[in-house]
Amino acid sequence: MNLSIVTRLMLALALWALPVAGQPSAKAGDAGNGKKLYIADGCYECHGLQGQGGSSAPVGSYGPRLARPKLPVEAIRAYVRHPGGGMPPYTPKVLSDSQIDDIYAFLKTIPAPPPVKDIPLLNE
Amino acid sequence: MSKSEDANVGRRNFLSNAAALAASVPVALAAAQAPGQESAPPTKVEVQTTDRPGADFMIDVFKSLGFEYVCANPGSAFRAIQESVVNYGGNSKPEFITCCHEESSVAMGHGYFKVEGKPMLVFAHGTVGLQHASMAIYNAFCDRVPVFIVLGNNLNAATRRSSVDWVHSVQDAPSLVRDFTKFDDSPVSLSQFAESCVRAYKVAMTAPSAPVVLVADAELSETPIVGRTDLTIPKLTRASPPAGDSAAVAELAGMLIESQNPVIVAGRLARTPDGMAHLVELAELLQSPVVDSGVRMNFPNRHRLNLSANSRALVENADLVLGLEVPDFYGLVNSISRQLEYSAHLITKAKLACISAGDRLAKSNYQEFQRYQAVDLDLAADAEATLPSLVEAVKQRMNGGRRRDLEARGAKIAQQHAAIWAKARLDASYAWDASPVSVARLCSELWAQIRNEDWCLANSSGIFVSNWPLRLWDFDKPYRHIGGSGGAGMGYGAPAAVGAALANKKRGRLTVNIQTDGDLMYAPGVLWTAAHHRIPLLTVMHNNRAYHQEMMEVQVAANQHNRGIERAHIGTSIDDPNINYAKLAESMGMMGIGPIDKPGDLAPAIRRGIETVKRGEPVLIDVVTQPR
Repeated sequence: MNLSIVTRLMLALALWALPVAGQPSAKAGDAGNGKKLYIADGCYECHGLQGQGGSSAPVGSYGPRLARPKLPVEAIRAYVRHPGGGMPPYTPKVLSDSQIDDIYAFLKTIPAPPPVKDIPLLNE
Repeated sequence: MSKSEDANVGRRNFLSNAAALAASVPVALAAAQAPGQESAPPTKVEVQTTDRPGADFMIDVFKSLGFEYVCANPGSAFRAIQESVVNYGGNSKPEFITCCHEESSVAMGHGYFKVEGKPMLVFAHGTVGLQHASMAIYNAFCDRVPVFIVLGNNLNAATRRSSVDWVHSVQDAPSLVRDFTKFDDSPVSLSQFAESCVRAYKVAMTAPSAPVVLVADAELSETPIVGRTDLTIPKLTRASPPAGDSAAVAELAGMLIESQNPVIVAGRLARTPDGMAHLVELAELLQSPVVDSGVRMNFPNRHRLNLSANSRALVENADLVLGLEVPDFYGLVNSISRQLEYSAHLITKAKLACISAGDRLAKSNYQEFQRYQAVDLDLAADAEATLPSLVEAVKQRMNGGRRRDLEARGAKIAQQHAAIWAKARLDASYAWDASPVSVARLCSELWAQIRNEDWCLANSSGIFVSNWPLRLWDFDKPYRHIGGSGGAGMGYGAPAAVGAALANKKRGRLTVNIQTDGDLMYAPGVLWTAAHHRIPLLTVMHNNRAYHQEMMEVQVAANQHNRGIERAHIGTSIDDPNINYAKLAESMGMMGIGPIDKPGDLAPAIRRGIETVKRGEPVLIDVVTQPR
């Protein structure tokens, strides 16, 4: 099936919104190696060193938050292979499935941020 | 050049009076006389001085136009004018601002205008100076900002004194930037100079605004004008901006009232503080969502109708999209793939309308005019000048029932606005304690310290800081930010911030500059200019040690070429060695703080910096940050 970029993006975003519980899961990746790959492969450029995300509209919206993903790894893999928007495609030649699993594992280990209500600067 | 009439008249008048003046003017006699000898009277007097050069008249012209400052790197081609500024003109209106690069001079003028609303005067060599200045002129042109540039030149080859005079002379100086200026002239007389300056000022300031260039020939500026009574300066007449015709305005008003899901998108709308007030009135009248694209301070970011963060969805679902001076209307209503194979498609079925004076400044060579987009209604007029009549037309056509319907729409928009703000705070909480410092944390810490001041963000409100100021701060007044460079040319930010700070100085405003490292390194000498002229400015470095935008571009190319992106840092990083910007600032004579890489250290550093800025000095705080 030849999905349009927009369709793929919508699919990925829809999957993103799904709850974690009950999702099929690949074997656990190596979070330590995933962190190295996250830097080496430049994911941090758009998504931040801790996966916090990048810019939002109106000026140059890109790099959504990746930390603590709710998407299953399969959806991440699918999107990484055939992304939309400004994200470049990562083929198996440059990033294997197991490496994606490692990056995914790293993203899962990123600690939750403090609640907004507990950050005074964000409540002024 | 044929000898100028004015110059010849001036020279003849002067020489005819030279013998009478010889006793009081230090001249050298061509034929020396031995004591006690009779000889023929001297046939030639070498004129070495004059009390009144043509440059003085040029200063009179500049004073008549009300220039406050002239930014320049000194240049021999305009030495007479510079001397007249500081001596004849008293170095006041205009006051000479010493710049270390002509790009800085023009970019300072760019930032200055967006606060002051008046053009900056800039002097530059017609050759080497203009080439340095050209990038900043292009930025100003793309951003529709007037800068008044005066070029020194020595067109008359017979009077060039050195080899350097030759390499610094040019037949048609403005040709270098004619593709991205609105008007230029190379006057051959002082009378023409005065007339052309007044014309250029008027042209530059009439929307759509843009830079203008005048050549001040060295021969004109250095020629004596003693006794000249014929030199006059025309009165400046300010032209009203082009407004949309009444029929088109009425049609647009009808479309807006009937629309169920309109969206108003503002680009370079607000030329003056009135622009924001007009847009607020229109939006509230229609209860329409507004997208402020960020290239001007068009609409308060915390206004309940501001849905800028939802721009794509709004356009997709709209039945009417109204663009107000939107530079890239095609990009607004189309989706353009960034992948290897080009594709683009319209994302909306909405009717499209725009008000823009952009076509009135259409040039062919440089492609800043963007891709053509067919629309349903196009008003080739200045949007700010047209909005008052549009507001009145809407009021006249709006009945009570429709007004009540629109209020319900406004309530829904307000809910969406609140959700955007909640999401922004949640997004900012991620990586809150990270080191290097997240840009969201940097902007939050900065906001906490300036929010009770009368502040102006003079640089980096947009993409290079992931829009965090617009997502977290309260931009409630027309001067809260001044937009971006226009031409996306690096090197704009630092000098534009200094220029804006110069304009804010007399207003007592705290000018803030979130300064990217790559931009500063183009011409860091502007820090010295700020220190030398005591221009109060708080610069907070967003020091991410790379040209990250370009690194991402290389990443895209590398992945499209199936090679992986591990080497994308080559040619895009600014490390090894890391640059210590605090020390750089100190070397320029201003307070430098940092480098800071722990978020907990930010608040005391910013407080200390603000205290110093309030004493009238520039300060730089070096903060090591995440990429975006």
